[in-house]
Amino acid sequence: MRNIKNFEALWWGLFSAGGVVAAFLVPIHIILSGLGAPLGWLEDSPQVYQLWPVRLYLFVLIALPLFHCAHRIYHTLPEIGLKVISKPLAVLCYGGSLVGTLVTVWVVASL
Amino acid sequence: MSEETITLNVTRFRPGQDSEPVLQSYTIPYRKDWVVLDALNHIKDWVDQTLSYRWSCRMGVCGSCGMMVNGEPKLTCSAFLREYYPNPVTVEPLVNFPVMRDLVVDMSDFMDKLKSVKPWLIREEEKPVSEGEYLQSPAQLGVYKQFSLCINCMLCYAACPVYGLEPDFIGPAALALAHRYNEDSRDQGKEQRREVIASNEGTWDCTFVGECSVVCPKHVDPAAAIQRLKVDNTKSWIKSLLLPKGGRA
Amino acid sequence: MINRPDKAKLYYPHMPATWWLRKRSYFMFMLREFTSVFIAIYLVVFLISLYRLGQSEAAYAAFVDGLRSPGWLAFHWVALLFAIYHSVTWFLSSAVVLSLRLGTWEAPRWLVAGAHIGGWLVVSVAILILYTVL
Repeated sequence: MRNIKNFEALWWGLFSAGGVVAAFLVPIHIILSGLGAPLGWLEDSPQVYQLWPVRLYLFVLIALPLFHCAHRIYHTLPEIGLKVISKPLAVLCYGGSLVGTLVTVWVVASL
Repeated sequence: MSEETITLNVTRFRPGQDSEPVLQSYTIPYRKDWVVLDALNHIKDWVDQTLSYRWSCRMGVCGSCGMMVNGEPKLTCSAFLREYYPNPVTVEPLVNFPVMRDLVVDMSDFMDKLKSVKPWLIREEEKPVSEGEYLQSPAQLGVYKQFSLCINCMLCYAACPVYGLEPDFIGPAALALAHRYNEDSRDQGKEQRREVIASNEGTWDCTFVGECSVVCPKHVDPAAAIQRLKVDNTKSWIKSLLLPKGGRA
Repeated sequence: MINRPDKAKLYYPHMPATWWLRKRSYFMFMLREFTSVFIAIYLVVFLISLYRLGQSEAAYAAFVDGLRSPGWLAFHWVALLFAIYHSVTWFLSSAVVLSLRLGTWEAPRWLVAGAHIGGWLVVSVAILILYTVL
């Protein structure tokens, strides 16, 4: 069970899954919620977010890409001269994405 | 009629004498069928015999003559002067490696890393010679053939910013070679290589910049090999969680 | 035998923190990595809007109203560009990572990347339609 200690595999697995989710889903959601809703491009129907299958979908849409972003930021900042803060950065990024996941669970459950 | 000439700015570093490398200019005859290595040989033979650099085959096979040509890692035997003429050409040692003298870099770190991934066929039990060869189909060969074409020229290490920043990173060529043996149908050594491959200095340091594959003169595609190793490591890790005994007999 | 030179006599090059500004491909790599910052901020903003929706429709409407400010609109336009750049680079990368083989034939990368991009467009239109009809 040596591999059980290999957290990098876990983080990379989440990074990849989140990368796929972000690649397929995030652009259209930016169009819908970031531009369409405030600019009134189409009738905003946020009630759709309260359907249970949609809540599950929202969890996947938000939580997995958070891990993706955390992993990328953690690996990139040390490459541009911030190697010294590598350890606190790991706590901040991965910890942040874990907290983000819990918050997402709570938010979609209380919609 | 005056002869056409080209200027080469070449890195000089004399250990114990220079504190850091400096560029030295040589203006030499220009021939449109010359490669950068021909120009260096001309300098060595006719202008300055103290210049040091590695070369051997002159035909893109031995992997000895890799240098930075105008900032790009290149085999100097395949980089034609006419690509740069009439502009001057800057020739520097491969970046990301310690410099021994002039254009010669220390490759011992690379050699250690190559060795660390056990780049040879590993069998749990060798079958006796009398039972014949280990047969392989064209499809099985196709899976790894591309990754077996590496000539150890180290251009990929010079192109890799991760190796430049993190010298412990095993790096593109060695990991591509590990993948080559992992994917060989005759090999059974994947688990033995995993210790090194699945370490932080193994595949996980790689951020898939992808330049290793761009500069590779043999189209080995180390970037693809490393990402596939990551996928394999992740699958194996999930298996180790789900199955008792880590999914291994 | 590996020849080991005297380390004291070697010159060790130093890589500056600005290495990614020296070459176009390195810069494009860094842009790709920084798509994650914009995607993360977008997700947090979207999550807050859902939180407001959980409170009341009025709270949600007030939050969306706030997104009409030029600053937020500019952010979402930029985030959209970065998100599309993430999608395209991700699918191109996927074509490198995935090796789809049938005997001695390997699916060419343009085909794998193209299939991903086609799927992406289909999924995007499907979400758009679902959002309007549901």
